[in-house]
Amino acid sequence: MIPLEHYLIVSAALFSLGVLGILTRKNAVNVLMSIELILNAANINLVAFSRYSSVNLSGQVFAAFVIVIAAAEAAVALAIVLSLYRILKSVNLDRATALKG
Amino acid sequence: MTSIFGLTVEELFLYIVFYGFSALMIAGGLTVVLGRNLVHSAFALLATFFGVAVFYALLGAEFLAGAQVLIYVGGILILLLFGVMLTQRIYDMNLKTETFQVRPGLAVAGLVFLTLTFVAVRTPWKRLGFVVEGRSINDVPISNTAELGRLFLTDYVLPFEVASVLLLFALMGAAMLVRRRVDL
Repeated sequence: MIPLEHYLIVSAALFSLGVLGILTRKNAVNVLMSIELILNAANINLVAFSRYSSVNLSGQVFAAFVIVIAAAEAAVALAIVLSLYRILKSVNLDRATALKG
Repeated sequence: MTSIFGLTVEELFLYIVFYGFSALMIAGGLTVVLGRNLVHSAFALLATFFGVAVFYALLGAEFLAGAQVLIYVGGILILLLFGVMLTQRIYDMNLKTETFQVRPGLAVAGLVFLTLTFVAVRTPWKRLGFVVEGRSINDVPISNTAELGRLFLTDYVLPFEVASVLLLFALMGAAMLVRRRVDL
């Protein structure tokens, strides 16, 4: 059986790639993609721990909630990005400096 | 029992699937983060989401594997692609994207990766009770979807309802945010 640590290391790699994307990309949609990477990395950890420990299925329940909240987050974030684009004609995060449109 | 490198054929197959999809996921993640073309990044994200679904299947979470494909690949990724298409001037094929602060970003991400890996490798998971010895693939119920559904409607019924209300309000809010302002 594949050791737990291997899942954790793959998940850590995905998490740090997501952090790198959030820190270095200028495009708002690309930053969103990086956030999805981070959420998926966290989900792998939850499911892996739920599989390897005796704590039954609660990890999977939490992972399901994370997926639900990721869907809600993606919808709202893209709505914000679209209205940002309407106002600025760009999705460059450096140009979004004001709270009021 | 035939064995290769001291592993049974099933174990070897499991390892090949695991490492193959790990490589696919990390390559996808790298393309998302470092790729120059936004559409390429979106499709690389597809590979990563599929890899995560395969991990769920390997971990015996078949409901989550299905949900991952349906919601992430079928929903969120399509939404992100819409985001890419609607916010770029597609006709001049200018789907390039810029990066900034690459060096500090790499330093922070590298530090995060090293710390997480160190913790993952050095923590005695077995002694702390997070890994229970002797659990084989056969101990997992064949269909844990039914058990998951039971948990949602008993132990986790309040978070379940709150999540459904959250989804409703998030979708209403998203529709509110992108509507055209009309003076009545």
